[in-house]
Formats: sequence, C-alpha cells, structure tokens
Amino acid sequence: MESFRMEIESLSKNEEFARVVIAVFASRMDPTLEELDDIKTAVSEAVTNAEIHGYQGSNGSICLEARIEDKNLTVIIRDHGVGIRDVKRAMEPLFTTDLSGERSGMGFSFMAAFMDEVKVESEPGQGTVVTMSKKIGR
Amino acid sequence: MSQQIFTYEAKGQILIIHLPRQLDNHNCRNLKYETDLLLAENYINKVIFDFTRTEFMDSSGIGILLNRYKQMTGNGGKVTIYGVGAQVGRILSIGGVSKLIEHFDSKEAAIVG
Repeated sequence: MESFRMEIESLSKNEEFARVVIAVFASRMDPTLEELDDIKTAVSEAVTNAEIHGYQGSNGSICLEARIEDKNLTVIIRDHGVGIRDVKRAMEPLFTTDLSGERSGMGFSFMAAFMDEVKVESEPGQGTVVTMSKKIGR
Repeated sequence: MSQQIFTYEAKGQILIIHLPRQLDNHNCRNLKYETDLLLAENYINKVIFDFTRTEFMDSSGIGILLNRYKQMTGNGGKVTIYGVGAQVGRILSIGGVSKLIEHFDSKEAAIVG
C-alpha cells in the first residue's frame, strides 16, 4: 500500500496544486489519460467545495490524503469548516447554497460521475470529510 | 503555475472570450466581472467561448457558461463554442451544456454559426 497526506491552505490557487499532486500520485497506477482526468476533476470539485463552502472563502486548512491498494485509489478530502446540515440534499444534482448565481450545483454529481464511490460525512460545525474511490485499470 | 488570464476580442457585435488553460474556480472568479463590464459597455449579440487553450475544466466553468447563455438568449442573443478538447468535451456533455450551446470546429465557423 502506498499513501500520502498533506495539508493545504484554503486558497483558490491551491485547486490546481491539489489536482497536480493527485495526478502525480495516481500516475503510479498507470492510468489512462481519461482516468487521470476523472480523478483530477473529482478532486478539484471536492477541494473547491471545501474552500468556498466549508470555509466560505476565508482561511482554513484542507487535508488531501490518498492511498493505493491493489488497483484501488482512495482519495479523502477533509475540512474543518462549517459542515453540511443535510448531506442528502447537498448531493442532489443542481442543489447549491451559493447565492451569487454563478455556481452550477454540479460538484457532487461530477464526483459521482467520475469516481466509483463517493461518501460524504459532515455535521454542522464539525467540518466535512469526502471519501472517493476508483478502480484503475483492468 | 503561471498567471492565467482571459483575453477578449471584439468583432462588431460579437465578443470572443479566449479561455485559459485551466478553467477552474480560481480562474473563473474574474471572468464574470470582466465580461459583465464588456457586455455593459458594448452592444453584443453574440458571445463566443474559445476553448482551444483549455486543457482542464471542472463544474465552475459550467456555471459561468450557463449564466452567459441564459443572459444572452434572454436578450435575443447567441452563445457558441469552439476549440473543445477531450476533457473539456466530456465535462460540457455531462454538465448539459452541449445540448444548449453549439460547438464548432473553428473560430470562423463559430462566428458565422
């Protein structure tokens, strides 16, 4: 089993940084370009959620963790932000708490589309943990 | 990670927005503000998004595109897209944008289309 764990600041410039890090790590599994894009997109969505919803754009720490076991990649994104009151509602396609009108509400849908499994654990005031997994290769 | 910016091109009543290599939340934040200014200052009846440089996009870009689409079509205008690559194409398709906004193979085709 291989794994890594890192803490990044909740800054929008770190969205790309997180994508690059997960791509380099996932490359050890010899994924196709499409599989790599899938993983990068799912991680981008989760990290962006932690930043703009968990921390509402203010300072905070986002933990990015991943492990490879056999052909399975598991990625965990953790924040200690505001948390989600109704996880089921939050994960409904197109649902968003954003008031600006610019967010599509498709973040969780994309994570679910690109990863095999997505689990979200959250309580108001307790932060949020998003765990996603994907089998790479045949 | 180099500075990513949008560049704009105006051709009569057409505004072409050249999108950056990474179209994520970080880069999208300024797009709305900048295009709002351009649309307010000029009579634009067509907005064209150029994806030729875009290697990656996530759902942040979907929100922006759909908003511009609603805004333009609400005023009798049009939105078209060109230069879509593999990753971007999948995102646009899953995001439901491909059903609404026509894709073209070239800038010229997007201008005329």
